[in-house]
Amino acid sequence: MSQYRVPGRGRVDTSRPVNFTFDGRSYRGAQGDTVASALLANGVHLMGRSFKYHRPRGAIAAGSEEPNALIGTRRGPGRFEPNTRATVQEIWNGLETTSQNKFPSLKWDVGAVNDAAYMMFSAGFYYKTFMWPKSFWNKVYEPFIRAAAGLGVAPTEEDPDQYASRYLHCDLLIVGAGPAGLAAARAALAEGLKIVMVDENAEPGGTLLSEPQARIDGRPAWDWLAAEIAALKAAGVRIMTRTTAIGYYHQNMLGLCERVTDHLPSLPADTPRERMWRVRARQVVLAQGALEKPLVFHGNDRPGVMLAGAAQTYLNRYGVKVGNAPVVVTSHDSAWYAAFDLQAVGARVQAIVDTRPHVREDLVNEARALGIPVRLSHTVTATSGRLRISGVRVNPVSGATVGAGQQIGCDALLMSGGWTPSLHLFSHTQGKLAWDDDLSTFLPDWTREDCVIAGAGRGLWGIEAALKDGAERGREVAAALGKPGNPVALSVENDRPGSGVSMKELPTDRNPGRAKAFVDYQNDVTAKDLRLAVREGMRSIEHVKRYTTNGMATDQGKMSNINGLNIAADALGRPAPQVGLTTFRPPYTPTTFGAFAGYQRGAHFEVTRKTQIDPWAAANGAVFEPVGQWRRAWYFPKAGEDMEAAVRRECRETRASVGIFDASTLGKIEVVGPDAVTFMERMYTNPWAKLGVGRCRYGLLLGDDGYIRDDGVIGRMAQDRFHVTTTTGGAARVMNMMEDYLQTEWPDLDVWLTSTTEQWSTIALNGPNAAKLLAPFVEGVELTEDAFPHMSCVQCTVAGMPARLFRVSFTGEIGFEVNVPAPMGAALWEILWQAGQQYGIVAYGTETMHVLRAEKGYIIVGQDTDGTVTPFDAGMGWAVGKNKPDFVGKRGLARPDLAAKGRKQLVGLLTEDRSKLEEGAQIVFDPRQPVPMTMVGHVTSSYVSDAVGRPIALALVEGGHDRMGETVHIAMPDRVIAAKITGTVFVDPENSRLKI
Amino acid sequence: MLLIHCPYCNETLPEAEFTYAGEAHIVRPPDPSALSDDEWEGFLFIRSNVRGPHYERWRHMHGCGRFFNAVRDTVSDRFLTTYPAGQPRPDLASLTAASEPSK
Repeated sequence: MSQYRVPGRGRVDTSRPVNFTFDGRSYRGAQGDTVASALLANGVHLMGRSFKYHRPRGAIAAGSEEPNALIGTRRGPGRFEPNTRATVQEIWNGLETTSQNKFPSLKWDVGAVNDAAYMMFSAGFYYKTFMWPKSFWNKVYEPFIRAAAGLGVAPTEEDPDQYASRYLHCDLLIVGAGPAGLAAARAALAEGLKIVMVDENAEPGGTLLSEPQARIDGRPAWDWLAAEIAALKAAGVRIMTRTTAIGYYHQNMLGLCERVTDHLPSLPADTPRERMWRVRARQVVLAQGALEKPLVFHGNDRPGVMLAGAAQTYLNRYGVKVGNAPVVVTSHDSAWYAAFDLQAVGARVQAIVDTRPHVREDLVNEARALGIPVRLSHTVTATSGRLRISGVRVNPVSGATVGAGQQIGCDALLMSGGWTPSLHLFSHTQGKLAWDDDLSTFLPDWTREDCVIAGAGRGLWGIEAALKDGAERGREVAAALGKPGNPVALSVENDRPGSGVSMKELPTDRNPGRAKAFVDYQNDVTAKDLRLAVREGMRSIEHVKRYTTNGMATDQGKMSNINGLNIAADALGRPAPQVGLTTFRPPYTPTTFGAFAGYQRGAHFEVTRKTQIDPWAAANGAVFEPVGQWRRAWYFPKAGEDMEAAVRRECRETRASVGIFDASTLGKIEVVGPDAVTFMERMYTNPWAKLGVGRCRYGLLLGDDGYIRDDGVIGRMAQDRFHVTTTTGGAARVMNMMEDYLQTEWPDLDVWLTSTTEQWSTIALNGPNAAKLLAPFVEGVELTEDAFPHMSCVQCTVAGMPARLFRVSFTGEIGFEVNVPAPMGAALWEILWQAGQQYGIVAYGTETMHVLRAEKGYIIVGQDTDGTVTPFDAGMGWAVGKNKPDFVGKRGLARPDLAAKGRKQLVGLLTEDRSKLEEGAQIVFDPRQPVPMTMVGHVTSSYVSDAVGRPIALALVEGGHDRMGETVHIAMPDRVIAAKITGTVFVDPENSRLKI
Repeated sequence: MLLIHCPYCNETLPEAEFTYAGEAHIVRPPDPSALSDDEWEGFLFIRSNVRGPHYERWRHMHGCGRFFNAVRDTVSDRFLTTYPAGQPRPDLASLTAASEPSK
């Protein structure tokens, strides 16, 4: 057994040794150890380097609040996690751990030069140090900051673990399974009440695990604990360990992160690494206890300096003596017990140094009886030792005078600045805190949530007080849940309640300007930094926090907030409650991205919608692009073709013969009812009253502000029935907008709206041979110019399938869109594809669709418009029904700005050098004007056009419609391209190709 | 996550089923063309942006699909009440009295 393991103490099982490595070296711990307790058992205090100064650091705490002992853990490929707290990670055979923030090794670290240059890194150094010379920024400062920034090393491999996401509903959620939480559960127990208790530790018990000397109800604390846990479980209480309540959200929803496998030597099959629980509880008891505060003095961060309560936990829970010759420095009674406990297991406590002039007589007497030197009214002014503390300098204090210092040798320094109620979750509820003068700390005041705080969270110290308060709060919530609650009366012996005083920095005889007295260990913030921030004008605690980064580290200020507040308040000359605390935010402790992501990763990150024809496209070599949530065939390259070649071929063959295109993703809305035509008249700019059954029309949808929102071809299938199509990406938005107007502005209209996007498969045939190809399959209508002219629609049969057939064109060629019930789409596609072989049919994707429509000047809403484009800007004033009394957007179009001259208008552009423009490129009238130039528009669409024989572009240009033939200039990084403004129709302006 | 009571379904359901739809009780004028530019601007753009109880619209998007009105405190994020579209504004005094924070 190692030198520091104490036989017969602790809850670890020393008969079950566990081997793990730290920085490549093998260590032996015991079943139940954390990495920190096992290293301490081996006499290792040096566990990491600090973030900014790279100072050697050891574990300062024994729980999740640990700021220093951050390690990387590894379990084979992909399973590396940085910044794990060594005080939380349980060891298992084969666990690999590494220290952080060091190069080349933990003991000899180059970055420690920062410590010597600490004057450079004072508060706000980000804003000062790197300001000059300006030319240094790119080459020196930024690379330096980038290399130094961040804690730990991010994993580089994909995480192979699974993470689960669960919901849980309960009547009562108790956070914290210490004495207060246990008593609350006991007091609230009732038939039919679902109670859940969570604790972040590996086992329930809280403080009781560190105080085996106590006797509860006449039994040793641990015996009582085991019986109580068993009894609560038997009564149906669900106790979840290794589960951290990370956040308290609205209406009693709490997030819990359950660590399922991190403590196991081998991973069980089909088990997630972590589970994120979203719990909705009718009532919540927060029994999270209190966190011990460090004392602030020069050198309070050396390995071997730790919280007295942590030392007690290491001894009593893990059976580890943190040193053989410790010194205790404290302003609170609780640390005295740490000294007594250590003395009892053979450590020689060198001194108890208390800042207070008077301490409870029984404590002083016991110390004397144990032979521990006591120094009251003393301060600590320095520590020594490079990688481990070797001595401490203590000075007497009399009033404002600090006397001569005296060195005391030691191998550990246990400190306590008193206790801070853990109010993080309470603060998440927007709960208000109230300052308590006696305890000089903040206590919970009120919250809107159905939540009570029990025990040390309310400033009640000692096991008896926690049990009593827990029981009272438990009955309180039981009553709120309509249950009588249970009487709980528990006697406690050997309890250790205590009191203390709250300190700022300890008094010193040295120059405080040179003191390294740490307040926030993880971010290396010293008392001097906080005072400097105030001197430099920071008045709000929120500014002090951000300027110094105090409390901004991953420990969320668990140790630093109150000390920081006391020091800042002193510097400001204002009482602490007037200065106030910064806001705590979730998560309570660092939480993995995996736990938040849960199942939503990889293919489950987002829905991928696929059409019925998608498998054909995949089998035929389509390259896909995402459009909204849809996956659409982008182009169909043949062997050896790049995108440009494939698109050029698809365009040419479509215009030469016939192309087939999967248009199923088009949004479709069925507008039905006696008032359907009235509704359409009000929603769309176009007139609909006179549109005959069997005819369709291009419809334009505006917002009431007058700007284009969506467009699409709309067919009148019956007197009271419209088949509305929308853009692929706009379908849901248009549906929502229609419902909004129908439900809330015109509830008198008798109209029904149904989203039918996924009910239809839509196949578009375009090209001079489209009618010839399709006609043999159509029953019910003849595909002639007379019987079925352009912009017709009909319910018919196509290849034996019920169909809605539209004669529309988004290419300028003879065009049809065949809608069949969605499941039939693939079959129809195959039939048309086979029949089309005689015409050399070509399958084309969205890119060719874009090129063909741009050649005809047809806009794409959202590409050629951007939410500030009116129909008149887009050259589509013809679609606006000027004689209608009202439609959505009509009044908006009359706003002075929308009718003004010089608006950006959609035009065509042809480059003089025949180069292809870049979409989004900015346009100027005069390229020789001084910089910054006046931008007059931008390129919205740009393609190589096979039909035109040169690249074409669409653009929004100021006053463009009145500038036909003028030359504009597009500035690119390497050159300026001149282009001529043209109309937007590049192919067949007479529409002669639309005729059969 | 908020719990929201849908006055049509008469059920209290998680926020994820709902979408926000802007301030409530802003009626589209029956004859927009009769409005001056200032009046139209008021309808189109000007919103109250209150700190405290706010009349607003929600839609039970992934449920019954109905738009309804709510009074929500923008400070505490608490819903004071929800009610069907078309009903008059509920009395604020009686709603806020019932939602005073408890100690």
